[in-house]
Amino acid sequence: MEKMIDYSKIEKNAKARKTVINVITYALLIFWAVIVLFPFYWMLLTSVKSYSSYNSEYIPKFYTLSPTLQNYVDAFTTVPLGRYFTNTVIFTVVTTAIMLVVITLAAFAFARLDFKGKNIAFVIFLSLMMIPNELVVITNFVTITNLNLRNTFPGLILPSVTSVFYIYLLKENFEQIPDSLYYAAKVDGTSDLKYLLKVMIPISKPTLITITILKVIECWNSYVWPRLITDDENYYLVSNGIQEIRENGFGRENIPAMMAAVVVISVPLIVLFLIFRNKVMEGVSRGGTKG
Amino acid sequence: MIKKKLRDSGLKGWLYLLPAILFLGFFMIYPLIDVFVYSFEEAYNSASQTYMGVGLYNYSYVLHDPYFLQAVKNTFILVIITVPLSTAIALLISVGLSSIRPLRNLFQTIYFLPYVTNTLAVGLVFMILFKKTAYSDGLINLFINWFGGSSVDFIDGPYWAKMFVLCFYTIWVVLPFKILILTSALSSVNQEYYKAAKVDGTSQLRTFMRITLPMISPMIFYLIITGFIGAFKAYSDAVALFGTNLNAAEMNTIVGYVYDMLYGDSGGYPSYASAAAIILFAIVLTITCINLLISKKNVHY
Amino acid sequence: MEVVLKNLTKKFPSRDRKNHEDVIAVNDFTFEIPDGKLIGLLGPSGCGKSTTLNLISGLLKPTSGKIFFGEDDVTDLPPENRGIGLVFQNYALYPHLTVKQNILFPLQNLKGKDKLSKQEMLEKAYTAARLVQIDELMDRKPGELSGGQQQRVAIARALVKMPRVLLLDEPLSNLDARLRLQTREEIRRIQRETRITTIFVTHDQEEAMSISDMIVVMKEGLVQQIGKPQDVYDNPINLFVAKFLGTPPINVFEGQVKNNKLYIGEDAVLDIKDTADQQVYVGVRPEGFTLQEDGPLCCSLSGVEIMGRDISVVSTNKASLNPTVRAIIGTEYKVNTQQPQVRFTLKPSKVFVFSKETEERIPFEVREVGRWEN
Repeated sequence: MEKMIDYSKIEKNAKARKTVINVITYALLIFWAVIVLFPFYWMLLTSVKSYSSYNSEYIPKFYTLSPTLQNYVDAFTTVPLGRYFTNTVIFTVVTTAIMLVVITLAAFAFARLDFKGKNIAFVIFLSLMMIPNELVVITNFVTITNLNLRNTFPGLILPSVTSVFYIYLLKENFEQIPDSLYYAAKVDGTSDLKYLLKVMIPISKPTLITITILKVIECWNSYVWPRLITDDENYYLVSNGIQEIRENGFGRENIPAMMAAVVVISVPLIVLFLIFRNKVMEGVSRGGTKG
Repeated sequence: MIKKKLRDSGLKGWLYLLPAILFLGFFMIYPLIDVFVYSFEEAYNSASQTYMGVGLYNYSYVLHDPYFLQAVKNTFILVIITVPLSTAIALLISVGLSSIRPLRNLFQTIYFLPYVTNTLAVGLVFMILFKKTAYSDGLINLFINWFGGSSVDFIDGPYWAKMFVLCFYTIWVVLPFKILILTSALSSVNQEYYKAAKVDGTSQLRTFMRITLPMISPMIFYLIITGFIGAFKAYSDAVALFGTNLNAAEMNTIVGYVYDMLYGDSGGYPSYASAAAIILFAIVLTITCINLLISKKNVHY
Repeated sequence: MEVVLKNLTKKFPSRDRKNHEDVIAVNDFTFEIPDGKLIGLLGPSGCGKSTTLNLISGLLKPTSGKIFFGEDDVTDLPPENRGIGLVFQNYALYPHLTVKQNILFPLQNLKGKDKLSKQEMLEKAYTAARLVQIDELMDRKPGELSGGQQQRVAIARALVKMPRVLLLDEPLSNLDARLRLQTREEIRRIQRETRITTIFVTHDQEEAMSISDMIVVMKEGLVQQIGKPQDVYDNPINLFVAKFLGTPPINVFEGQVKNNKLYIGEDAVLDIKDTADQQVYVGVRPEGFTLQEDGPLCCSLSGVEIMGRDISVVSTNKASLNPTVRAIIGTEYKVNTQQPQVRFTLKPSKVFVFSKETEERIPFEVREVGRWEN
């Protein structure tokens, strides 16, 4: 049974293999990090190159010695980037706020109240989660057009103020609050609405924050619906704005100014993400998908 | 008195649900029924809101439209390339991420960045990197030249060059979500399994194939299923790279076709759009069902 | 296979940002585990027993010190080359594999000249399964088995390669009380049959006492005492060991040695000789009390619990460090529960004296003064 084993050799091999694997792993991770970061670097770099120096570089340079902020000035003066920005902030804030009210009330009804037909209503709600947006967008477009709500904020906002998924998420969260709290509040004569405001919402704050962040990301990046419903520049959101800039703004070749606009549009969400990193990642892994 | 009545009849619950029901009814349930109606109404005129008859003409028109067939072809190519590739890359990166300690948070943060950026905005950067213009061949072509290749216009050039950029950008965009899901799946595997395998002298490859993969297989299938659904709905990535006139660029997708039919240069045909949307929905539904069947057979537990 | 631990030490870097001192999980552990014995590593949680087990398994590398399996220095050897079997606290059975596949798993890792044919592997797997009596469950998945059965599968998987040393981490803690009794007998039987040196970790002293050939009592990384369970119980080296072993636990009193008499509070309970006067702790095992009307130790009676085999007299004493004093006496005694007080004499062999300063045991000898001893 006893064999002669060269232990030091085994040991050395194991160590060497571990080092090699480590090196490969880090190389792979760094490689992908570069691919992810490079577009961001390139857009920052290009946005501070002057128009003339950019266009004179037949072979693009990886750095610039004479950075300029002129492009940022152009981005706000030549095209109405400021307006796109304000529109998007209004759209995002109002949509998110209305949605929070709607889903909180609905989630409260499902989680806490008893009423006839609750179960059937909930099943219907759940089944709505499977309906792809592409199917309903056509009629919504016609509806909004017929209501003369094109190029208005209500037209932009109203179709996206409910989310079945978030109702579901919040309902699950509400249900984890022990019943005894509700009965205690009832004994004290607290009304349902007051209980919701004073007890359930504060307890569920983490989930509400997560939902808010996810909705803000979604609103900030929304493109398809605003594109369908607006053709007046005064109502463009940043996504449509950037597309407009690309096709008509600055003259087609002023790439540095375009990049400045892209930086301005991208920064708010990146900052938001860096601040709420854990919240965002947790929220997304709990049920977000892109778009 | 009134209050009591309200409670007894259970109306109160419905009152709380009312806003949600109104919005969903108006913007989801009604449109859902309506889209089928549209798709069967022939020669619907959106100005006069009249139609000629009921039938399958809209479907037949869409299915014979070369633009639609091009869009279907593009979408399928996109799906077949990006779904397996992005899942595999995400798996590779997640495994790498879980095997290191230092810098792990930094890498995770970096990898997640594309998720929070505006698809349209960063798409523009990609376009600039890949585009060949009169002034410059672009950065990517510079690399290609370094390795001895000749410049290609990835944005206005040959079909497969354009398809390559589209796939590359799509993978870049969808990867954060997949990496996030897979890293958390990997970290939820009980460490004792790995210790047990180590004591038994299991090689790393075998540990991965026989323990890690089966343990995270539910999440992998979840990603594949949502990946298929997401890729079939690709649209804004293509717009970001090739502009709004996707038909001209031969890069349209099914969703893009729907929106173009609805509104845009060739728009104003909600009936055709509806028919195309329903065809898309049928394709996605079929593929999702097939996926679920396969995953039932292969996912453990 | 004998296992030798030489000055084994393991330090972990501190997680506390303010305090950068390393945490010493195992401190200078030296012990020669004889071949073919069942050893229990015993201690409260955080005492370093699991770390010791992980050092022996090779999952952790020691900061200093050596580990030998027989003649071989295995200190720096990866776990797979040590020839060990390890059973985890929650078994770590692969949920997606059947029992048979789980047991086969370690064998399928063998490479080169150690590689076995399918037939040999199956034979070995069935031998291991029969040893732990689960050969009828081979095609089930772990999720379909009871806790006790899962435990057996885990043991079979650890044994299938016929390891030189078998390591068990808290093997019984996930089982309910009845299964625990049964399973510990089972572990004993398997160990006897295979004659594999076996080391197991537990925080449950009863478990360790009942089946181990030897126990190692640890506290805060330091080995307190090593010995046969009964020896350690009868001769605890310090207050910690005395308190840790035994159910119900030992009764501890404040006391002193004065003029060759041992006092508990004001009561002189034993006449002893050749011991310096000092403040002490006095430990008395529950079975060390004898009920006697003119006994020296006086306690206020709180109640009597009759437990069939014997009687447990619960009382209080001002000098006691525990809230109650518990004495276990035979059923032949009748206790009048109406009386306010009880009096005991103590059996000297069940009385331990510890220095109040160091908590180390102070040996003493009883001075014969003609008092009738029970």
